Amino acid sequence: MTAHDLTLSRRSLLAGAGGLIIALHLPKAARAQSAGSATFAPNAFIRVAPDHSVTVLVKHIEFGQGPFTGLATLVAEEMDADWGQMRAEHAPADVKLYANLAFGVQGTGGSTAIANSFDQIRKAAATARVMLVQAAAQAWKVPAGEITIEKGVLTHASGKQGRFGDFAEAAAKLPVPENAPLKQPAQFKLIGKEGVVKRLDGADKARGKTKFTIDISAPNMLTVVVARPPRFGGKVASFDATDALKVKGVVDVKQIGSGVAVYAQGMWPAIKGREALKVVWDESEAEKRGSAELVAEYRALARTPGKVAGSHGDAEAALAKAERVIEAEYVFPYLAHAPMEPLDGYLEWNAQGALARFGSQFQTTEHQTIAQILELPPEKVQLETMLAGGSFGRRAQVSQHLAAELAMCAKAIGPNRPVKLVWTREDDLTGGYYRPLFVHRMRGAVKDGKIAGWSTSIVGQSFILGTFFEQMIAKNGLDSTMFEGANELPYEISDFHCEVHATKVGVPTLWWRSVGHTHTAYAVECFMDELLQAAGQDPVAGRLALMGKEPRLAGVLKAVAELAKWTGPDAGNGRARGVGVAESFGTFVAQIAEVSVGEGGEPKVHKVWCAVDCGIAVNPDVIRAQMEGGIGFGLGHALYGELTLDKGKPVQTNFDSYRSLRIHEMPEVEVKIIASTEKPTGVGEPGVPPIGPAVANALARLGQGRPRRLPMVGGIA
Amino acid sequence: MAHTLTINGRSHSVDVDDDTPLLWAIRDNLGLTGTKFGCGVAQCGACTVWIDGQPVRSCVTPVSAVEGKVITIEALEGKEAAAVQAAWDSLDVPQCGYCQSGQVMSAVALLKENRKPSDRDIDLAMNGNICRCATYARIRTAIHAAARTLEG
Repeated sequence: MTAHDLTLSRRSLLAGAGGLIIALHLPKAARAQSAGSATFAPNAFIRVAPDHSVTVLVKHIEFGQGPFTGLATLVAEEMDADWGQMRAEHAPADVKLYANLAFGVQGTGGSTAIANSFDQIRKAAATARVMLVQAAAQAWKVPAGEITIEKGVLTHASGKQGRFGDFAEAAAKLPVPENAPLKQPAQFKLIGKEGVVKRLDGADKARGKTKFTIDISAPNMLTVVVARPPRFGGKVASFDATDALKVKGVVDVKQIGSGVAVYAQGMWPAIKGREALKVVWDESEAEKRGSAELVAEYRALARTPGKVAGSHGDAEAALAKAERVIEAEYVFPYLAHAPMEPLDGYLEWNAQGALARFGSQFQTTEHQTIAQILELPPEKVQLETMLAGGSFGRRAQVSQHLAAELAMCAKAIGPNRPVKLVWTREDDLTGGYYRPLFVHRMRGAVKDGKIAGWSTSIVGQSFILGTFFEQMIAKNGLDSTMFEGANELPYEISDFHCEVHATKVGVPTLWWRSVGHTHTAYAVECFMDELLQAAGQDPVAGRLALMGKEPRLAGVLKAVAELAKWTGPDAGNGRARGVGVAESFGTFVAQIAEVSVGEGGEPKVHKVWCAVDCGIAVNPDVIRAQMEGGIGFGLGHALYGELTLDKGKPVQTNFDSYRSLRIHEMPEVEVKIIASTEKPTGVGEPGVPPIGPAVANALARLGQGRPRRLPMVGGIA
Repeated sequence: MAHTLTINGRSHSVDVDDDTPLLWAIRDNLGLTGTKFGCGVAQCGACTVWIDGQPVRSCVTPVSAVEGKVITIEALEGKEAAAVQAAWDSLDVPQCGYCQSGQVMSAVALLKENRKPSDRDIDLAMNGNICRCATYARIRTAIHAAARTLEG
C-alpha cells in the first residue's frame, strides 16, 4: 500500500459517520468524568473550571483563520462571560460529537467554521448559562429569573454575587435543560462589536510560546524524513542505506509505501542521512509530462466538446451572428500551498493503542487511516489536533497521505518508538497536491453596448472524481470544484454556455484556498471587464446593470465603489483601478485595486479597497484580517506563483524560486464590512478570488493588457 | 564534536557535527522551539535569532561558525521587545503565527537600530521574513505603533 493509492472504503467511512446525524443535537456530557469532578461540562463543547475559566472545545482546526476566537466569542456572548476568562482548545477526534454539520464528518474546510457552529455552539453556551444560573438560584435560595450575569459575574438584587467557578460543581449535578433560550441580535454585546475581543491565540504566537507539531519532543523519539520519488507515480526499485547509516545520529532506514524513511536523533542527521541515501527509482509508471506539454494538450481539448456544466439560451447562435467575437484564453499554473509550517506529524503506538498529534484538518478520515495501517481498533487510537502553521488547503487531504505516511513510518520502526515525521520545504514544494493547472477558453460578443453571448470551456484535473468526496461534491459525474463560479454567472446574460473537461494526469492535486474560484473568478472577471470595455461600459456601472438578481453581490460592489470614491478606471498619476467581484462559500466580496507599473515592469499594487458581506459579522477584526490575508495570498500567487513541471519534475524547490509575496509588495488594504442580519458565512477563503482579476483589469487600463497567463511576473511554462 | 554556544545568557555544550545549523542545535539539542524552521536556505526568516544583537538566519549558520552571544525569542526582553509585542497584541497581528517569532526578532532588531523607521526602512528590515498568511499590513502598522510607544 502506498500513500498515494491509499483510499478508505466508502463503507468503512460511512459506518464511522453513521451515528452522527442523530448525535448532532447537543451531545450530553460525554467527557464530564474525565474533565475532573469540580469542572462543569454540560455538553461536548464547554468546560467551566473552578478557577472560573471557560474552555471551548473547538471542532475546527485553528491555523490562522480564527475559529478559536470566533467560537469563544459565541460562547462568551451567550454565557455573558468576561473575555478574560475564555480559553479555547481543539476538540478530540470524535465524529459522533464533533462532525462538521456541512460535511457529516469531522473536518474543517470550505470556510464553514463559523457558519456551521453558529447555532450549535450558542445553544451549548446558552444551556451552560441556564445551568449555572440554576445552581446559583439553589445556592442562594432565590428564583433563577432574578439572577443576571454580566462579564462572568452572577448577581442577585439582594447583593449576592458569584462567579462561574463557584457554581461549576453544583451545576454539573443538574439535569441538562432542553431549549435554553438564545439571545436576540439586539442583545449582543460581543458579536459584531469592535474592540471587545482579542485573538485567544495571539499573545503566545508573538512570543514564540505556541506549540506546533514540529515542536513536539518525547523521550526516545526519532525524527523522520522520507525520500520520495522525484516524479509523481515513481516507486522505489532498490536502495542502499550503507552511507546513510554512517551519518552520526541516523538510527535506521526503512522502506515504506511512499518512499524510504530515514530515522534519526534530530532533524539535521535525518536530512544528512537522506542525502547520503542511494535510491534507484522505478519510473515506468511515473508522470513524465511537463507543464508546457499539459498546457498544449489542454488548449487543444478546450476546442473540443466537453461535458455541459451550465447552459441557457443559445450561446453558439448568438456568437455566430455577432459582428465580432472576442476570444480570450487563460492559463493557470499548478500552485503549491506552501504553509509556513511544512507537513509534519507525531505518532507513538504499541499493541495497546496509539496517540497521533498533528495539524489534522480531516480528523475522521485521518483517524481511521491511522488505525487501519497500525491494525488497531479505532477506539484505541487517539488523534490530538495541533495548532498548525497555515494550511490554505494543504492539510485538507482527500487521500490522507500525510496520516498514512506517518502511520507507515511508525509501523515500520516498530512499537514504543515515537516518531516525528517532518517534511522539508523542498519536500513540500516538490511533493504535489497542487492547485491543478487549468485552461479557460472564453468567447463572447457585445452588441449595442450589451453582452450578446458568452461561451466558456474549462480544462483541468479533478481531485474529487474517483474519491470518497465524489459522492459529497460531484453531481452527474461533474466535479463542481472545477467550475464553481464559472458555470453560473451573477450577471444576466441571455445566451450562455459552459463546458468542462476533466483530464487524467498523474500529478496529485488538491483544493487551494478558495478552490475553483482561484481560477474561475480570474477568467470570469477579466473577461467580463474586457467585454464591458468593448461595449464602452464603466466597470462598476456595467456590472451593476447586469446584477439585478444578485442584490448582495451588487451591494458589496456599490459599497466598495463608495469606499474607493470610484470615478472610473483612471486614477491619474500613472495609476489605474480595476474591479473584481466574487461570491464564494456564500460570502460576497468586491475589491478595487489601484495599480501602476513599477520597477522592472512588474505590477505595483498600491491600495486595495474591499467590501465583504458575510452575513452576521461575528468578529469584525478577524474578518478584516482574513480579507487582508486573502488579498495578500491571492495577490502573491497572481503576481509570482507558479509550480512548473519539467518532464514531470517540479522545478521550483524552495522560496528562492517559488516566489512568495513579501512585505514591500503588500498593498494597503481598507475593508468595509456590510451590516447584515443573514446567517453568518465564512471568511477564510472569499478574500482571495477577486484580487487577481482586479489587478489584471487595472493593468488593462494602463495599456498592459489583461495577463492571459498567470503568474503575471516571470512565468516559465 | 562538542561545540560551546552561548545562548540566552547561558553557556551550553552541544555534541553535534560541525555543519549542524544553529537552528537545529537550538531546537533539537536545547529544546528551544520558539525559533522555527521554514525553508532551510535563508529565504523565509522564520529561524531568525540574534547573534551579538544582529538578526541572523540560524538555518544556514553552522554551529562551528557561531562565536557571539545568541538570543532567541524565548529570551527577548527590553523596552523595544515589550513595545513590539504589545503592538502585536494590540493589533492582533498573528494568524497562523508560525512565522511570527522571526517577524518579532527582525522587528525588535530594527527598532533597536532605528527608533523611528520609515516605511522604506521597514521594507528593508522585514523583507526577508515571509508570512504566508500575509499579515504584512498589520506588521507594518505594529512597528510604527511600537516606535511611537518608544518615543514616549
